Amino acid sequence: MTDAAHAHSHDDHSHGDHGHHAPPSGMMRWLTTTNHKDIGSLYLWFALIMLFTAGSMALLIRAELFQPGLQLTNPDFFNQLTTMHGLIMIFGVIMPAFSGFANWQIPLMLGAPDMAFPRMNNWAFWILPVAAILLMGSFLLPGGAVAGGWTMYPPLFIQGGISYDLTILAVHIMGLSSIMGSINIITTVLNMRAPGLTLMKMPLFCWTWLITAYLLIATMPVLAGAVTMLLTDRNFGTSFFNAAGGGDPVMFQHIFWFFAHPEVYILILPAFGIVSSIIPTFARKPLFGYASMVYATASIAILSFIVWAHHMFSVGMPAAAQLFFMFSTMLIAVPTGVKVFNWVATMWKGSMTFETPMLFAIAFVCLFTIGGFSGLVLAIAPVDIQLHDTYYVVAHFHYVLVSGALFSIFAGIYYWLPKWSGHMYDETLGKWHFWLSVIGMNIVFFPMHFLGLAGMPRRIPDYALQFTEFNQIATYGAFIFGFSQLIFLVVVLKAARGGVRATDRVWEGAEGLEWTLPSPAPYHTFETAPVVK
Amino acid sequence: MSIRQRAVMAGTAWAASQPVWAEYAYNLQIPASKVAQDVFDLHNLIMLVCLGIFIVVFGAMFYSLLKHRKSVGHKAAHFHENTTVEVIWTVIPFVILMGMAYPAAKVVIDMKDTSNPDISIKVTGYQWKWGYTYLNDGVSFYSTLSTPRDQIEGTAAKGEHYLLEVDEPMVVPVGKRVRLLITANDVIHSWWVPALGAKQDAIPGFIRDSWFKADKIGTYRGQCVELCGKDHGFMPIVVEVVSEADYKIWLDKKKGAATTAAADDSKTFDQAELMARGEKVYAGNCAACHQANGMGLPGAFPAISGSKVATGPVDAHIALVMNGRPGTAMAAFGGQLSDADIAAVVTYQRNAWDNKTGDAVQPAQIAAARGGAEAAAPAAQ
Repeated sequence: MTDAAHAHSHDDHSHGDHGHHAPPSGMMRWLTTTNHKDIGSLYLWFALIMLFTAGSMALLIRAELFQPGLQLTNPDFFNQLTTMHGLIMIFGVIMPAFSGFANWQIPLMLGAPDMAFPRMNNWAFWILPVAAILLMGSFLLPGGAVAGGWTMYPPLFIQGGISYDLTILAVHIMGLSSIMGSINIITTVLNMRAPGLTLMKMPLFCWTWLITAYLLIATMPVLAGAVTMLLTDRNFGTSFFNAAGGGDPVMFQHIFWFFAHPEVYILILPAFGIVSSIIPTFARKPLFGYASMVYATASIAILSFIVWAHHMFSVGMPAAAQLFFMFSTMLIAVPTGVKVFNWVATMWKGSMTFETPMLFAIAFVCLFTIGGFSGLVLAIAPVDIQLHDTYYVVAHFHYVLVSGALFSIFAGIYYWLPKWSGHMYDETLGKWHFWLSVIGMNIVFFPMHFLGLAGMPRRIPDYALQFTEFNQIATYGAFIFGFSQLIFLVVVLKAARGGVRATDRVWEGAEGLEWTLPSPAPYHTFETAPVVK
Repeated sequence: MSIRQRAVMAGTAWAASQPVWAEYAYNLQIPASKVAQDVFDLHNLIMLVCLGIFIVVFGAMFYSLLKHRKSVGHKAAHFHENTTVEVIWTVIPFVILMGMAYPAAKVVIDMKDTSNPDISIKVTGYQWKWGYTYLNDGVSFYSTLSTPRDQIEGTAAKGEHYLLEVDEPMVVPVGKRVRLLITANDVIHSWWVPALGAKQDAIPGFIRDSWFKADKIGTYRGQCVELCGKDHGFMPIVVEVVSEADYKIWLDKKKGAATTAAADDSKTFDQAELMARGEKVYAGNCAACHQANGMGLPGAFPAISGSKVATGPVDAHIALVMNGRPGTAMAAFGGQLSDADIAAVVTYQRNAWDNKTGDAVQPAQIAAARGGAEAAAPAAQ
C-alpha cells in the first residue's frame, strides 16, 4: 500500500494537483468513478434528491391531515404515501447520506489515499438508483405503489400487487449496497490508517462508522431473509407467515425487528460521530471522554441485538418476555446518557462560537434527547402498550430521525462543505435555514406527542374531531419545515459554484488530518501517508 | 393519595380550567379501569423523572452556552476526561432506571393476568370491521363504522362522534372482569380502547388474550391500531359499559334478534325484498373496496358492475362470495354472513348498475352451496 502511494505521489509532482489519472469528463466520469470523493458526492446528491422526493410525500400526507375528512387522497393512496415516505427516508436519504460522509471523510480522517475497494465502492453506489427507480416507478403500476407500511408486515403484505414484489427486490438491492459499503469501510478503517494513527486515536466519526458497518453486515442479511420469505409466500406457495399453512405472521415481526432495531442505531451512530467532530471544534476544546464515547457506542450496538421485541409488546407475549425486553431497552438509556453528558462536558468551559454547524449540533443534542426521553417512556411496557401504533410513536421516531439523524447531516454538510468545495457557504442563509428548520420541526412533531397520548392511531388518512387542532398545527409546521429546506438547496448550490475562498483549516478550532489538506481537497489526497505522532 | 398524585391532579385541574385548552386533548384519556389508571400514573411518574433530568442537564448546557462563549471572552479549558465524574453519571442513571423498572414490572404482571373472568368475549378483526362472540351466551354480531359516507367526503356536517361510532357496540356490565380472546380473519388488526387500558393485536390463526374491568358506566371509544389495509382508519371500536340489569336486557334482545335472523334463512323472498336487503349488506361489507357504484378501484379492487363473475353462472358467483379469493383482500363471507344475507347480496350484485341478469337467489340455494363449500373450506366462525 505504502509503495503504491509513493509511486503516485512521484507522478503528481510533475503533473500538479489533478494527478496523472485525469477523470473522464461528463457522465462517464460519474458512472465509472472509483474516487472516494466523487462517490461521496454522488451519495450525498442522491440523498438530497430523495430527501425532496420523500419530503414532498410527507407534505401531501400533512395536507390531507390538515382537517378531518378525505380531501386530497383516497385511503389507499394515503397508505402508499406513508409507506414510501418511510422506505425512502430510511433507505434513500439517511443511509446514503451517511455513506456519503463515510466516503468523503474516512480516507481524509485516516490519511488514506482512497477506500480499500474502489471498484466495489462504485458498485455500492450505482445500484442504489436502480432500487430507487423500482420503488418510485411502482407508483405508475396498476394498484399503485406498496401500501403495507415500511415494516412490510404479512399477511397484509401478501395481499398487494406487483409493486410489492418490486419493493422486495429494491430492499434486496439496497441491502446489497449497504453490505458492500460496510465491507469497504471496515477494511479501510482497520487497514489503511496513517502510521501512528492507532484505533484509539482516530476521530470518533470513524469509530461510529466502523461499529455501524458491523451492525449492517450483521443485520442486512436478516432483512434479506425476511423479505425473501415474503417473496416466496407471495409467489411460490410457501407458508412461512401463513397460519393456515403452519406458519406464523408474528415470526416475520421477530425477524424484521431483529434487523430493524440495530437499523435504528445504524441511522444514529454516524450522527453521533458527526456531532462529536463538530462540538469540540466550536468549543475549541477536545472531546470530553473519548474512550467512554467509544465504549458507549459499542455498548449501544451490542444492546441493540437484544431489545427488538419492544417494538412488539402489543402482539402479546409472556410476561417474562415483556419484562426482559423492557429491562434491556431501559438499559440503553445508560450509554446514550453518557454520550449526552460527554457532549455537554465538551461545551463546558469551552470558548464557544455559534456558526451553523454548531447550531445544528446543539439542536441535535437537545432535541435528540427529547426523542431519547420519549423512547424511555415507550420502553416501559405497560405505557408502550397504551401508546403503541399511535402518533406518540410517530413523534418519538421523528425526534430521533429528523432532529437526530437529519440535523446531524445538515451539521456535517455545513461543517465540511468548505473543505469539499473550497468555498465558504453563506452564513446568513445557513442561519435562516437553521432557525426555520428547528422551529418548523418542533411545530410539526411536538404536538404529535399530544395526539398520541389522546389516542390518535398512526397511519390513518382521516381522524376524529378532537384531534383537529393539533393536526392543523402540525401541518403548518410541516410546510414551514419543508419549504425551509429550499434554503438549504440554495446554500449548497451557491457554495458549490463559488463564494469566499475557504482556508485550509476552515474553522479556528478544527483538529484532524482533513484540515491539513488544501481547500478544496485535491482529487487525490494522502498519496504519501502522513505520520501521526 | 400520594403527594405526587395530588400534584398531578392539581396540574391537570389547572390545565383543564384554562379555556384555551378546553378543546385540546393533550394527555392520556381519563382512565376507566384500574390498568388504565396504573398506566396513567406510570406515565406521569416517568414524565416527572424525565423533566427533572432534562432541566438539570440542559440547564447546565444553556448556562455553558451563555457563559462559556468566545464573544464574552471566555478562554477554553483543556480538560478532556475525569474518571470519577464519568463513573458517577453512568451509575446514577442506572439507579434511576431501576427505580422506574420496579413499578412498571408490577403493572406488566397485572396486565398479563387474564385469569378468573366473569365474561369471555371472542373478538375477531376483519377487513374492515370487528366481530364479537359472547362465549358464555352464544350471542354473536359484527360491529361496523356507522359514520355516513357523505360526512367523510365532506358533503355533510360531521357528527360529534365522527369515525368513532358503530352500528352495534360491544356491551359489557360494569365492574366485571371481561376476558377478550382476540384473533383476526385476514390480516393483523389491533383492538384498542384507551380509557380501558386494553390493547392487543389480532393475529390471524392465533388467539391472544387481554382483559379489562370497567369501573364506570359509560361509552368508551377506540380504533384499530395496526395498519390493515385501505380502511384501517375506518374500523372503530365502541364499548358500552352498562349496569348488570341493562346488560341482561341487552342480552335477551340480542338472543331474540338471532332467532329472527335464523328464521329468515328458511324463507323465500321476492326480487324487490332481496334487492333492498342486498343493498344494505353490500354497503356494509362490499362497498369499501368495490365502491357503492360497483366500479371498484382500478388496479386494486375489481369492478362488479359488468364483471364476468356477476353476469356469469350464478353458482360460481355464490362460491366466490362464500369462499373468497386466497392471497387477495377478497374475504370468505361464508362464515360471516347468514344464508339470507348472502342470497340478498348476490342478487343485488347481479341486478344493480349495469348488471341485468334478472336472477333472484334464495337462501335455500346458499344452504345447498354451504353443504359442498364447508367440506372444502370450513367457515371461520
